[in-house]
Amino acid sequence: MDAKPHIAIQNLTMAYGDIVIQRDLDFTIQCGDIFIIMGASGCGKSTLLRHLVGLKPPSRGDVEYAGESFWNADVQRREGMMRRFGVLFQSGALWSSMTLAENIGLPLTEYTHLTRHDIREIVALKLALVGLAGFEGYYPHEISGGMQKRAGLARAMALDPEILFFDEPSAGLDPISSRHLDDLILELRDSLGATIVMVTHELPSIFAVGTNSVFLDVETKTMLAVGAPRTLLEESPNPQIRTFLTRGETT
Amino acid sequence: MSNPRQNRIHFSYPNSDTLLLTLRGAWSLHDGLMTFTETEKAISVTPNIKKLTFDVQQITHWDSSLVTFVLRILSYCSSRHIDVDRTHLPDGVQRLVSLATSVPERQDARRKVIHEAWLARIGKKVVVTFEGGREMVAFIGEAAQAFLALLTGKARFRRSDFLLIIQECGAQALPIVSLISFLVGLILAFVGAVQLQQFGAQIYVANLVGLGMAREMGAMMTGIIMGGRTGASFAAQLGTMRVNQEIDAMTTLGLSPMEFLVLPRMLALSLMMPLLCLYADVLGILGGMVVGVTMLDLGFIEYCHQTQATLSLMDFFVGLVKSVVFGILVAIAGCLRGMQSGNSSAAVGIAATSAVVTSIVFIVVSDSILTVIYDVLGV
Repeated sequence: MDAKPHIAIQNLTMAYGDIVIQRDLDFTIQCGDIFIIMGASGCGKSTLLRHLVGLKPPSRGDVEYAGESFWNADVQRREGMMRRFGVLFQSGALWSSMTLAENIGLPLTEYTHLTRHDIREIVALKLALVGLAGFEGYYPHEISGGMQKRAGLARAMALDPEILFFDEPSAGLDPISSRHLDDLILELRDSLGATIVMVTHELPSIFAVGTNSVFLDVETKTMLAVGAPRTLLEESPNPQIRTFLTRGETT
Repeated sequence: MSNPRQNRIHFSYPNSDTLLLTLRGAWSLHDGLMTFTETEKAISVTPNIKKLTFDVQQITHWDSSLVTFVLRILSYCSSRHIDVDRTHLPDGVQRLVSLATSVPERQDARRKVIHEAWLARIGKKVVVTFEGGREMVAFIGEAAQAFLALLTGKARFRRSDFLLIIQECGAQALPIVSLISFLVGLILAFVGAVQLQQFGAQIYVANLVGLGMAREMGAMMTGIIMGGRTGASFAAQLGTMRVNQEIDAMTTLGLSPMEFLVLPRMLALSLMMPLLCLYADVLGILGGMVVGVTMLDLGFIEYCHQTQATLSLMDFFVGLVKSVVFGILVAIAGCLRGMQSGNSSAAVGIAATSAVVTSIVFIVVSDSILTVIYDVLGV
């Protein structure tokens, strides 16, 4: 992997009104990283993700993609940058009035000049990649939660994005499905060469796939450490991080 | 590059039984997918081809378009027993191809489209309609049971919920009810004035507006407004609660959704409807008065006298009874459609629409029946 910064979070402060969620976040994510955002519940992991994908403007600071300012760019430019992202939301967020094929096909119809036949073929490919071949005609509420998540992943990949964002991909999945999803994410990173940013607090996932990570603390309202999860576990002097990464089971 | 799609592929035959595909340039979804016809032709012109191989050294960029292309070749060649050598493809493409082919398509996954005979379709529709009727009757029965429980003091619901609903479907509906009923009074007066003026009988506009509003239009307009406003909101709210499993949560706790959700709504609406109706009557008469005084040269006192002489308390009472019936029906329609709602955002939308349609049908049908009954009773 070529180690050049892909995403740079600069002095980011996030707040809802007067309530500060996290302040002074400052770290970079390299190309090809599987970057984990971790921390206790309510520390602002998902909020950070919303800032990164353009759903919520920061109260201070900026995010840079490949050296280009995201939040200072004009709306059109920002939308152009957002098109290079794929986002998998916590519960899939598939559009419930559309079939899986229409869900995945919509970004393709809107942003490419492909014919309907070609789109059908791309959709079939994306569904096959996540192990859902043949489920084109199903509506989201007709398939299980794990399948919805995989279909959400297929939609996130529709436009071959450079960066994939995952909000708790394995939440609500059994250990085996969750493991399969991790494998899938690794495989996709390796073959597509995408950068992956993942919010999760599933320890097995964190250690299995994470190449780098940031730990957000809920009390001091800022980040405590950046580094590969395993390195943090072995070397971090901070008791909070160690407790988190060991589920509080060892001293 | 005038046509980026043309120069991306080149065919050559290094051996008599081998086809070499030289791929070059950028393979991007934004330039469209590669057409397959040339490849198909290249394979089929030489019937003794046994092997297909790739040269990808000159590819500058690739994405799903290349993977799709390779998958097409694979499926085409496997049906013709041609061996495809994938080893020269980019690493990522090889992995994606094997990932896409690793989970075979589930046999039962694909839907079969079954065409039914028209008679069967009609039959199904009839069955569904009857089923809907049965559900409605069951719902009304359950609501009546809940009401009985309330009378015996056994029904449980939160008082704060009840008061909140009263506020939502009472006070907060005042602005729209004011506007609509005032304008309806105005319209009634206009329509009457044109005819009555010909006979110099414009004073009877007061009778027309007074009777029209009190006996009919006050209750009817309030009913329709509340159907569109509150009935739809009941359906959307209960439907969303069903989607979020909030209703299931209530049931598992042994709380009856009928008592907790439906009963307070029905009570609130049937209490507020007569009040709103009375208010609409007054505003409608006021609307008629504006037309009478400003356009027909009737005096203010004169108009009031005429209205007072025409209207008996019975006329108002007749309208109020109607409005109570409409209130109950709108609440039933809204709650029924909400509780029946399916499990998706689209289903909630359908529930809200259907609540409004059902309310209006209920209102108009019950209004006709009540009018006939009043006629028979002579009130």
